[in-house]
Amino acid sequence: MREQILAIIEKNSRISVKELAVILGAEEIDVANELKALEEEGIICGYHTMIDWEKTDIEKVTALIEVRITPQRGQGFDKLAERIYKYPEVNSVYLISGGYDLLVSLEGKSLKQVSSFVSDKLSTLDGVLSTATHFVLKKYKDHGTILGKKYEDTREMITP
Amino acid sequence: MRNPLSDRIVEIKPSGIRKFFDIVSEMDDAISLGVGEPDFDTPWHIRDEGIYSLEKGRTFYTSNTGLKELRQEIAAYLQRTQGVTYDPMKEVIVTVGGSEAIDIALRAMSNPGDEVLIPQPSYVSYEPCAILANAKPVIIELKEENEFRLTAQELRDAITDKTKVLILPFPNNPTGAIMEKKDLEEIAEVIREKDIFIISDEIYAELTYKEKHVSIVSLPGMQERTVLINGFSKAYAMTGWRLGYAAAPAPILQQMLKIHQFAIMCAPTTSQYAAIEALKNGDEDVAMMREAYNQRRRYLMHAFKEMGLQCFEPYGAFYVFPCIKEFGMTSDEFAERLLREEKVAVVPGTAFGDCGEGFLRISYAYSLENLQIAMEKIAAFIKRLREEKTGHKS
Repeated sequence: MREQILAIIEKNSRISVKELAVILGAEEIDVANELKALEEEGIICGYHTMIDWEKTDIEKVTALIEVRITPQRGQGFDKLAERIYKYPEVNSVYLISGGYDLLVSLEGKSLKQVSSFVSDKLSTLDGVLSTATHFVLKKYKDHGTILGKKYEDTREMITP
Repeated sequence: MRNPLSDRIVEIKPSGIRKFFDIVSEMDDAISLGVGEPDFDTPWHIRDEGIYSLEKGRTFYTSNTGLKELRQEIAAYLQRTQGVTYDPMKEVIVTVGGSEAIDIALRAMSNPGDEVLIPQPSYVSYEPCAILANAKPVIIELKEENEFRLTAQELRDAITDKTKVLILPFPNNPTGAIMEKKDLEEIAEVIREKDIFIISDEIYAELTYKEKHVSIVSLPGMQERTVLINGFSKAYAMTGWRLGYAAAPAPILQQMLKIHQFAIMCAPTTSQYAAIEALKNGDEDVAMMREAYNQRRRYLMHAFKEMGLQCFEPYGAFYVFPCIKEFGMTSDEFAERLLREEKVAVVPGTAFGDCGEGFLRISYAYSLENLQIAMEKIAAFIKRLREEKTGHKS
């Protein structure tokens, strides 16, 4: 049941416990308990909303930044990653295999704001060797959802 | 001028769903629960293989029976799901949908006057195809109290000296009924005893919600007297690709092939390449869609229970078949009023045989959100009907 619950609420976090119980053929109390356990174990970390900011008047700039760092003795990459993810403007921090170490995604109000974060804060951290900043020009698909496209039922009437 | 038409064709009634869809198409804001095809797009990796085959210039006919690799994959699929062995070279044919397979199987097996047993409610093509094949369709009326399964007794009662073929349409459109192994074993016993043949239409084989589908060909002595029909439309959401297949003993398949090669030549080449990918790497997609259908099925059963609408629990296909006898209307009347008053389109059970009277076919090849809106409307509608009946508001 756990896997099914996660698969459903990953796509639709607004579904009620009652609805979940109905479509999974389970008891409401069991679903509620499972959700509670998933939250307590930190498996469910939050219930977010997907927003296509492009469609609003609010200006947002997203950047992906490749960061090369020097791992620190005894703490590897974690210590520096932690320093970076504490900045509220940082959306995500991933440790990456390959040509660089951390992939940091960042949201700011303007190009200027993002670039000053990179030059003033990120690249000046001890242990950061270099950064390469990529600004996102357009988001086509995010979190498994194709942006800007509405589902349309194109099935035609056919008999039999 | 002489009459240009064939009397036999003129006598065949047009499909009962048609009339209804004509009303639906006049309304632009109707919610339809009438469609009999998946709402999912064909999985991308399958479409990609179709596109890739076009890029490579695979734009020619295939052999009449279909691409060898596809027939091998079909045989492998039947082996792994049913534990039966078919020779892909002699016992498998790729057709234009399961529909063509039904047609050519009936034509290959019927002599004038042979009786073909057709359990109803069922898919609307069997009866006209039997007539086109010069056979005489004999209807077996299935009953709700048996969950619309075919019983050995019903079969026995319908068999005469002229009975040649039984059509076995499970998992069933429109009822959603399935036949489990024990049910099939009882049928198989009668089939052996009376020496008749089976056309088993298993197009919904992948869509069962209780246990995995069991084909009658997996029972002793049945493979040699069965034409098994399946296809890609329902399992892989590939209706528009028009691709199905039949697996049958070589002597029957040989005759089916003759009709197919003269009437059709071969199934669409692009679709065949895509279908190879579907059989090779499509299991996860099927599982995902099955789970989604199952969730909707549970939701509908729950919604019916809440509104007090009687409905046996179906375990196959993507249809539910609720009973509306309590309202004292025909299925046609009920469906038409529901459409005009609440703008929800369902198909009257009578479209699938006279014994569908008193029932509706509701398809759950629609998103949960859509189904929720529709169920609210149906609940409001039947509440109103009950008030009308008692003459006062409850």
